[in-house]
Amino acid sequence: MGLFDRVVGRNTRSAESAKERLRLILIHDRTDITQDVLEALKDDLLATISRHVEIDSTAVRIDITREGRSQRLLADIPLKNVTRRRTG
Amino acid sequence: MSAQVVTVTSGKGGVGKTTAVASIGVALAAEGQKVVCIDADIGLRNLDVVMGLENRIVYDLVDAIEGRCRLKQAMIRDKRLPELYLIPAAQTRDKSAVSPTDMTRLCDELRAECDWILVDSPAGIERGFRNAIAPADRVIVITNPEVSAVRDADRVVGLLEAEGKGAPSLIINRLNPRMIKHYDMLSAEDVLDLLAIRLIGIVPEDESVIIATNRGSPISFESKSKAGQAFRNIARRLKGEEVPFMDLENHGGLLDRLTRLTGRR
Repeated sequence: MGLFDRVVGRNTRSAESAKERLRLILIHDRTDITQDVLEALKDDLLATISRHVEIDSTAVRIDITREGRSQRLLADIPLKNVTRRRTG
Repeated sequence: MSAQVVTVTSGKGGVGKTTAVASIGVALAAEGQKVVCIDADIGLRNLDVVMGLENRIVYDLVDAIEGRCRLKQAMIRDKRLPELYLIPAAQTRDKSAVSPTDMTRLCDELRAECDWILVDSPAGIERGFRNAIAPADRVIVITNPEVSAVRDADRVVGLLEAEGKGAPSLIINRLNPRMIKHYDMLSAEDVLDLLAIRLIGIVPEDESVIIATNRGSPISFESKSKAGQAFRNIARRLKGEEVPFMDLENHGGLLDRLTRLTGRR
């Protein structure tokens, strides 16, 4: 990284952003799932699960991950602890 | 003889399909294999100029398909390697002059005559691409370490899988070791990780490719060129040999070692 870039704080590691951008582009191209679709899916999932158990909706993460050339939907949904009353 | 049909395709234009076909064809023929290169880019023919055979064209692929000449008459024999042939594309027609069935029929007729049939696919994913992949026993997808080229390559890999063509092999062309070292270019590992298909070659960026193309003498003829070496390695891997991938990061040349010792770039 050049001195000028360091002074102005510009990150010249453009390969990193190329890779990260491509990762997202390829997931979209391969699955046809846009960010909007993913958000809608997340809302539906949360509504359904909430009907049965209490969840921490602020900490929910829904992502598409890659494994070779296939994609999988990964949902991480933390459950809320039930506040137990101690009896004795 | 029963030839293997290998199609080189990419999605994006200008990533090195034609250079790859010419160079791999030369490298295979130099090892004593009988090779026929077919330019399937109808209307935009270029394999003839890269191979330096543009002045010898009488009949072309469409002439052979439409029966205006015998297949043998459309095969131009290379000046330097007697076992290397080119079937040029027609320049005044378009992709619709040929169908996937035509290509398969033509290649099947050729199979008994040679060891390898290399098909140079046009860019894109339409008719010309379908024509080029129809006869293929094996497909090579070529890309550059750039966002748009990798994206298009991924699209093509997806289409090939959907066609039941099986997983293609990958050539990463025009890697620039200096830019990779400075994290300003995707490395071969990055591209391979994204596309997740089998690697068959990595080719460094090399000015001598332009010089070779200017002269119409494919880069595989240049014994000192790194890109030439890379394409010769790909040809050997196609034949089933285990050839280690080039180490592009370290040149190991005297000047390079000296600059590294003195810490100057």
